[in-house]
Amino acid sequence: MKIHEYQGKEIFRKYGVPTPKGILALSPNEAEAAAKQLGTPVVVVKAQIHAGGRGKGGGVKLAKSPAEAKDLAKQMLGMKLKTIQTGPEGQTVHKVYIEEGLAIGQELYLGVTLDRATSRITFMASREGGVEIEEVAEKHPEKILREAVDPAVGFTDFQGRKLAFGLGLSGPTVNKFVHFCASLYKMFMETDASIVEVNPLVILKDGGVVALDAKVNFDENALYRHKELLEYRDLAEEEPRETQAKEWDLAYIALDGNIGCMVNGAGLAMATMDTIKLVGGAPANFLDVGGGASKEKVTAAFKLILADPAVKAVLVNIFGGIMKCDVIAEGIIAAAKEVKLQVPLVVRLEGTNVEKGKELLRNSGLAITPADNLRQAAEKAVAAIK
Amino acid sequence: MSILVNENTKVVCQGITGSAGSFHSKQMLEYGTKLVAGVTPGKGGTDFEGKVPVFNTVADSVKQAGANTSVIFVPPPFAADSIMEAADAGISLIITITEGIPVNDMVRAKRYLQGKPGVRLIGPNCPGVITPGAKCKIGIMPGHIHKPGRIGVVSRSGTLTYEAVHQLTQLGLGQSTAVGIGGDPVNGTDFVDVLKLFNADPETDAVIMIGEIGGSAEEAGAEYVAREFTKPIAGFIAGQSAPPGKRMGHAGAIISGGKGTATEKMKAMEAAGFLMAASPAELGTTLQEALKRGAPKKR
Repeated sequence: MKIHEYQGKEIFRKYGVPTPKGILALSPNEAEAAAKQLGTPVVVVKAQIHAGGRGKGGGVKLAKSPAEAKDLAKQMLGMKLKTIQTGPEGQTVHKVYIEEGLAIGQELYLGVTLDRATSRITFMASREGGVEIEEVAEKHPEKILREAVDPAVGFTDFQGRKLAFGLGLSGPTVNKFVHFCASLYKMFMETDASIVEVNPLVILKDGGVVALDAKVNFDENALYRHKELLEYRDLAEEEPRETQAKEWDLAYIALDGNIGCMVNGAGLAMATMDTIKLVGGAPANFLDVGGGASKEKVTAAFKLILADPAVKAVLVNIFGGIMKCDVIAEGIIAAAKEVKLQVPLVVRLEGTNVEKGKELLRNSGLAITPADNLRQAAEKAVAAIK
Repeated sequence: MSILVNENTKVVCQGITGSAGSFHSKQMLEYGTKLVAGVTPGKGGTDFEGKVPVFNTVADSVKQAGANTSVIFVPPPFAADSIMEAADAGISLIITITEGIPVNDMVRAKRYLQGKPGVRLIGPNCPGVITPGAKCKIGIMPGHIHKPGRIGVVSRSGTLTYEAVHQLTQLGLGQSTAVGIGGDPVNGTDFVDVLKLFNADPETDAVIMIGEIGGSAEEAGAEYVAREFTKPIAGFIAGQSAPPGKRMGHAGAIISGGKGTATEKMKAMEAAGFLMAASPAELGTTLQEALKRGAPKKR
C-alpha cells in the first residue's frame, strides 16, 4: 500500500525521524494560511500524489511569499501531474503540502528495502541524492553504499557509522545520521513497511539531518496487524478497478490492450498475456482469479474485465488442477449470463473433467469459442476482434 | 530416482484440520503419499479421516509418527512460526504452501533456519514437490497430470508448472520430480539449489526451468548452468509482455541493479546454454528439442 509524502512524514515524526515543518492544504486559501503560519521567508509547495519524480514534473515549487504559495497551489490543485512514474495520462493533484524552507548544505539518498538476494532488510545510501538514483545504481553501483541488517540484532550503530563516513559526513552530523537510520529501521519494522525512501535526505548548513522527502510503502500482507495504517489509504490515488479487484481478492492490473484476460495463477496469467502479444494481440489486463475460482469470483472477474470499455474480446484460460473443469464451466456460463456478455468469449479449459466442462460450454446456448491449448486460445481471441 | 522426496518420505501436515489443509491432505492420501501425521495445536489426540493421528506439536509428530518432512497450510499470520517449529523439531524438508506471509516474518524465519544446517525450506507460496514414480505428492498440484519419468521440472509459478507438466506428459515425457519454489520475495530453496540436485540425480535426464520477471534468481540459475550443469536444459520466462510502467518507486529497482526484466533473464539463460521456449505453448516441445540437442557446451 502506498501513502502520501505528508503521511509518511507524519509517521517519521512519531518515530523521531527529523522532518521539516509542514501543513497540508486542500485549497489555495489554506495554502496561503499555511505559508503564513510557517513564517519562513521561503516555503515549498509540493503536490501530493502517489508517484515519484514530482520535482521534474513541476509538482514541487518554491514560494517567496504566502501570496505566491496561494498562486502555486491554485496551479497545482486539480492539475494532471505527469512524472516518469505516473504514465502519460498523469495523476490528478487533490492535495498540496506546504513546507518550511531550510538552509540546505548537501543532498543525499537513503533507501531501505528488502534485498531478495540476501533475504535481509538493506540500507542503501549515496552521495548522489535528489538525482536519478536508478541511473546511478545501474551505471555506478559502487557509488551506492549498502548495509544489510541482521534481523536477530537489528540495525547497529557501527553500520550507521560506516554509512555516515562512507557518505563523507563528519563532526556531530555523524551521530545525528546514525540516530536517523536507527529510527528509520525501527519504523520500517514496526509498521511492516516494504519501502522507505528518503530522496533527498539533507544535511543542513547547521549540521542537522532532515528527511526532505518520504516515500513509504507497506507490505499488504501485513496490513492485518496494522489497522491504524488503513486510515492512510487514499482511494482517489488508486485505479478504481484495481481497488474493486482487491475486495474480491483478485489480482488485477489494467493494461492498454483490448483482449480481457481471466486466468488462474500469476505465472500462467503472465504467460497468457505473453502469448496474446506473440500472436499479434494486446491484453487489456492482467487478472489472476487464484486457485479456488468459485462462481462468485468468476462473475466478479467478468464484471471487472467488462467495466473496461476498451475490451473487445475476453479470453479465459483456466488450468483446473484441483478445481474440476465442469465446475469452472458452470461458473463461466452463469457469470456470462449474469453480466449479459456482448463481446466474443474464448475459453480454454484444461485439467480434471475437461470433456465434461467443454460439453457444458457447447450446450450453454452462449456464443463461446472453445480452444484446446494456450496458443490456439490466443489466436482465436485475436481473430475474434479482427 | 528422484530429488527431495522418495518412498521414505514421511509427511506431517501442519494445519491439517483447516479447510485447505484437510482438502489437500485427502488428495495427498489418495495419490499415495505417506502422510503419517497432522498437527493442529489443541487437537492433539484426535485423528484425521480415521487414519492419520493429529498432534499438538511437530515435535510430537516426529517422535511418535516418525515424520521427516512437513507440508504447511497454516494461515499467513502464523505460518512463519510453523516453519520455525518444524525446523526446531528436526524436520529436514519443510514445504510451505501458504500464500501471503508478511515479508518481515519470512526474513526472521529464514534467519532462524540459518542456525539449522540440514534443514531445507521450499516455498512459501508454492505448489509443492511431487515425485510421480514414488507416488509422493506433497502440495496442491493435481496428481493426475503427472507421469513417472526422467524429466526434472523446476518453476517459480504454480499453474504454469502444471502447464509444463501437462505438455510433457502429453508428449510421453514423464517427470522424475517437479518442484515449485514459489514466487515470494523471500523464499527457501532457489533455482540453483534445485538445479544442483537434478544435476546429481542419475534418474533425471533433462530439466525444464520456468521463471518469472522480477528478482535475480533466474540469472543466478543461469550462471550455475553455464558453470556446472551437464544435462540438456530448456527454459521459459513469464512476463515478457508485462509493461515496465507501473513502478513501485526506486528502491526495488536499485537493489537489483537493474536486473529482473524478461529480456535480461532470457538473454542470460540463452547464453548459459538453455534452449528457450518462445511461448508458453511450447514448453514441452522445447524440452524435446533440448533433449535432441544434448547438454549445453561448457565455456
